[in-house]
Amino acid sequence: MSRQREDFREILRLVRPGSRVLDVGCGEGALLDLLASEKQVDGRGLEISPEGVAACLARGLAVVQGDADRDLADFPTRGFDYAILSQTLQTVREPRTVLTALLRIAERAVVSVPNFGHWRVRLALLTSGRMPMTGSLPEPWWSTPNIHLCTLRDFTLLCDELGVRIEAASALADGRPARPIDPARPVENWRAEQALFLLSRPGSAPAATLSPPAKTSQDLFG
Amino acid sequence: MGRGGPTKVMSRDLGALQTGADGVGLMRFGPDQPLRLESGARLDGLEIAYRTFGELNATRSNAVLICHALTGDQHVAGEHPRTGKPGWWTQVVGPGRPLDPAKHFIICSNVVGGCSGSTGPSSINPATGKAYGLTFPVITIPDMVRAQAMLVEALGVETLFAVVGGSMGGMQVLQWAADYPERLFSAICIAAAPRHSAQNIAFHEVGRQAIMADPDWRGGDYAAQGVRPEKGLAVARMAAHITYLSEAALQRKFGRELQRDGLSWGFDADFQVESYLRHQGSAFVDRFDANSYLYITRALDYFDLAHSHGGVLAGAFAKARQVRFCALSFTSDWLYPTIESRSIVRALNAAGCRASFVEIETDKGHDAFFLDEPVLRTALTGFLQSGAQARGLT
Repeated sequence: MSRQREDFREILRLVRPGSRVLDVGCGEGALLDLLASEKQVDGRGLEISPEGVAACLARGLAVVQGDADRDLADFPTRGFDYAILSQTLQTVREPRTVLTALLRIAERAVVSVPNFGHWRVRLALLTSGRMPMTGSLPEPWWSTPNIHLCTLRDFTLLCDELGVRIEAASALADGRPARPIDPARPVENWRAEQALFLLSRPGSAPAATLSPPAKTSQDLFG
Repeated sequence: MGRGGPTKVMSRDLGALQTGADGVGLMRFGPDQPLRLESGARLDGLEIAYRTFGELNATRSNAVLICHALTGDQHVAGEHPRTGKPGWWTQVVGPGRPLDPAKHFIICSNVVGGCSGSTGPSSINPATGKAYGLTFPVITIPDMVRAQAMLVEALGVETLFAVVGGSMGGMQVLQWAADYPERLFSAICIAAAPRHSAQNIAFHEVGRQAIMADPDWRGGDYAAQGVRPEKGLAVARMAAHITYLSEAALQRKFGRELQRDGLSWGFDADFQVESYLRHQGSAFVDRFDANSYLYITRALDYFDLAHSHGGVLAGAFAKARQVRFCALSFTSDWLYPTIESRSIVRALNAAGCRASFVEIETDKGHDAFFLDEPVLRTALTGFLQSGAQARGLT
């Protein structure tokens, strides 16, 4: 890979060597390849496009064609240590169901989403009165695959509601190294362009955390 | 192999293929090696007709077994020795193809119960000196696979780099994974199902009834009486052939086009689709035996891989965790639709196997696996090449 994606680097950091990983929406398998070569993970993928799956096969990866909304049900309970959903949750029809499914399949989920609460998004909407288009959200409203956008605060509230524990979170921005954050801090909801979460179900043994565990979100001007 | 072990009774190089040696063979198993059938019966003096392409490498690690479909045979590539026509899977097997005789030792054998040289209902029963006919025991997919395993072993192959098949061949692939997982490195199952559905059985029953309703079938004893139930077999093929195509493909190919100007106001083949089906039927009877058709469709109908594993399909794959699986299906296949392949993949995942799955977008129906589908070829090539790397073949 010529230029490693920043979220990939962060995921590599979070994933335990030798673990079993399911990459949901694995594309052509770049992340799985990286995880296999650098972390010796036993990786599997789920990918919607037949061309993507074919490319993964050529890399020697085990990938199933399917989509997150429909086909996660086919994966056995606790078959994996990690389920990864990178920049995809906002594109699925049922984000709550998908999130729940990820934590049924795996002990931990690594989920990254664009933050619709980022200051640039807010400013764009405020000043232009139009749907924001930014680096993380490059498409116009009529062609964007992002049908369920959320803010950092929306996401943490959903985790609270689903009883999902946020073990670690970091802010991602294009071209800059990941920054560990406390996602409950309102300022992060302004600052983080994208956020990446390490999630677990209550009752799972805690993993080595990279930032302090999230407290219950406070209701400020977040 | 000791006294009475398998013997090659015929083996010759055709030299017809550009690369590698091409062998046509017949393996005969001695009295010490009967084929013990699932029904409890046994077949003595089993003969398996096969064909090979390429050569087994020094480490014996490059062997690939191809399993053919219901009416297929061992002539997967090269030239058919009798008809002179090209093999049935030249899109996949041949120089520069995903299965290449320059790299792989490719084996394809006629299934037991077939009519292309392997022991089947038209073979002579050594006990009576007459054709078996309906005295031939009912065979199953596991029986076919057991016979293949005997052949593969007799050819000096301990583990297969890959076992590959579409349709009924795909079911054999699944059976291989269930029965001989330790002899497999990888498995490719195309357009198949883990069991025959009610609709699958129903179509087969139509075909069998057509054959048995032909007065020339003579209770299956037609060979001895010097006749052939050609009409019945042709109708069986016509009905089955519709299930191999999609509605869209039929419509595109024929629509309501007529054979001649105007209607005949009778029952000639007015429509091109009628003429096409009649041709399919009559061409088929030239190359296939009616009793074999009964037996092999029965084997398919009896196929239910989960049933023999406590009703849990994943149980069939419990010992196949080290096997690399690839399942493929076609969007317009309504004979063994995608949902069937998905149930296979779900079971493989549940068993903790290494499973990949591709659904190929095509409107050509079940028979798409014979045709040149670019994604099929890319997927097969990618899967086999990465497998070859992992096995140290390249």
